Amino acid sequence: MGWLGPAELEALRLSLRVSFWATLATLPLGIFVAYALARWRFPGRQLLNGLVHLPLILPPVVTGYLLLLTFGVQGPLGKLLAEIGIVVAFRWTGAALAAGIMAFPLMVRAIRLSIEAVDPKLEQAGATLGASQPFVFATVTLPMILPGIIAGAILAFAKAMGEFGATITFVSNIPGQTQTLPSAVYAFLQVPGGEEAATRLVIISIIIAMGALLLSEYVGRRAAARVAGS
Amino acid sequence: MSLSVRLKHSLPGIELDLSFDAPPGVTVLFGRSGSGKTTIVDAVAGLLRPQAGRVAVDDWVLFDTDKGLWLPPHRRRLGYIFQEGRLFPHLTVRQNLAFGRWFAPRNAQRENPDKVIEMLGIGHLLDRRPAKLSGGEKQRVAIGRALLASPRLILADEPLAALDDARKAEILPYFERLRDEVSVPILYVTHSAAEVARLATSVVALQDGKALRHGPASEVLADPSVAPAGVRAVGAVLRVKVAEHHADGLTELEAGGSRLFLPKIPHRVGEQLRIRIPAQEVILSDRKPEGLSALNVLEGTVDTIRAGEGPGAIVSVQTPAGAILARVTRRSVSALGLAPGHPCYAVIKTVALAPQDVGGRVAANGQA
Repeated sequence: MGWLGPAELEALRLSLRVSFWATLATLPLGIFVAYALARWRFPGRQLLNGLVHLPLILPPVVTGYLLLLTFGVQGPLGKLLAEIGIVVAFRWTGAALAAGIMAFPLMVRAIRLSIEAVDPKLEQAGATLGASQPFVFATVTLPMILPGIIAGAILAFAKAMGEFGATITFVSNIPGQTQTLPSAVYAFLQVPGGEEAATRLVIISIIIAMGALLLSEYVGRRAAARVAGS
Repeated sequence: MSLSVRLKHSLPGIELDLSFDAPPGVTVLFGRSGSGKTTIVDAVAGLLRPQAGRVAVDDWVLFDTDKGLWLPPHRRRLGYIFQEGRLFPHLTVRQNLAFGRWFAPRNAQRENPDKVIEMLGIGHLLDRRPAKLSGGEKQRVAIGRALLASPRLILADEPLAALDDARKAEILPYFERLRDEVSVPILYVTHSAAEVARLATSVVALQDGKALRHGPASEVLADPSVAPAGVRAVGAVLRVKVAEHHADGLTELEAGGSRLFLPKIPHRVGEQLRIRIPAQEVILSDRKPEGLSALNVLEGTVDTIRAGEGPGAIVSVQTPAGAILARVTRRSVSALGLAPGHPCYAVIKTVALAPQDVGGRVAANGQA
């Protein structure tokens, strides 16, 4: 990485950290929401589905502004979190929150598809063999949707790496604090002579995005082959 | 252990309302598709919640809507053998077999896995995944998985329906062994008269969600009004013993002092079997037939004559081998002057006794 300047390296490191935590922290909720949407019929299901998808369709800057209103220093949730010592506004944790929310729809969609592909009759078979619902989930559903979970997580990670609009609106563009890879590219392009550094970050972005896509495809195929019995 | 079932449930197109108390052994739910068979099994399994009813194995109640009692499926201690097997694709055969054992209570009476694996002949499949198994192998593994869950009740929903005839012939003997070697009651769903004849301790004949008749296989199968496939499924069930294998490819059976011949079967000399003789394969004669190519001639007396719809009639003939049913025309009945008490001869073509109508050993409590 000798050809990267310290500011660029800092942005890359921050982006990886933000994306990692954004993905990991949202994964359990993503699995739960995907399962609920795929398997349960409850009042408000369509509303939940809409809420989950909102960040995908709203302009990112709107999502960022809503985050700022809610989690900002003066926001209701922001105040609440501040009381227990967690500040997300203008911190890397805020960037992770924004990235996690923006990546959430992609994650849920991938996991939900894989849950819907599991024949409920197999889960019934598990129940007749004595497994209670949590055990059926752990021993039948979860192993079968694992490829979908991994694919969803990789997709979410890649999306988090690329998140820009909501992040810059919510937590601004502070080098070393909230300046992720895309924010850094944007910043470099704003100053004369910054094109070279921006280009290097663009190349890294492309490599990460392509790598994530290929990896998720590979995992999916491997898992499908395993279930197919080879 | 015996099974008692009382159910009321309305579904679009069918009104389920029946009750029966099954003796130990195999209880077959027999009826055409749409008669409510699968609904009943699913209600017993707890996969479907009936509007009213009660199901119990001896004094162990699975649900009772009057008392507001409902055990969820996983607490019913079942071994459910599904039509499509429903093996877990992500697990090996060994892990599939072990699945039910993980959840069975520690103090449950356990089948010995090695014994079950040997009985089903699946020892060489243990490390494979279900995708690499044939239809018959899958179903054998499904039987083993159900059995190893230490069930108090085994359910089988048309477990052979998805298989071709050769595979059916391969799997049926395992159900016979289950009936004869495992003390757990079995509720078995089918629309095949051959399976009923071979397996049933008692039969519940279903139509439109109601139990038309409940009784031993020989009685229910002899009644053309309850046969789901119509008169074609009517037939007699005989208990026979393998007497001799002949060099010309025939097997000689002994039944109540009479002799019957059929194409060679694999069973050992001396083994007790149940065979089903379809009524439409039997012809009647008022005197001892001569110059006939048919090998099986049984002398007896006419017991009952049941005229059905159309030109046919079902004649029951009491012979030393047991009751034989013949499907003849009403015109023949009057031409031969057949009436209850009349002597007559029942003629059965040798090849009419199809291998799938020949069952394995007869259970100690097996009624035929």
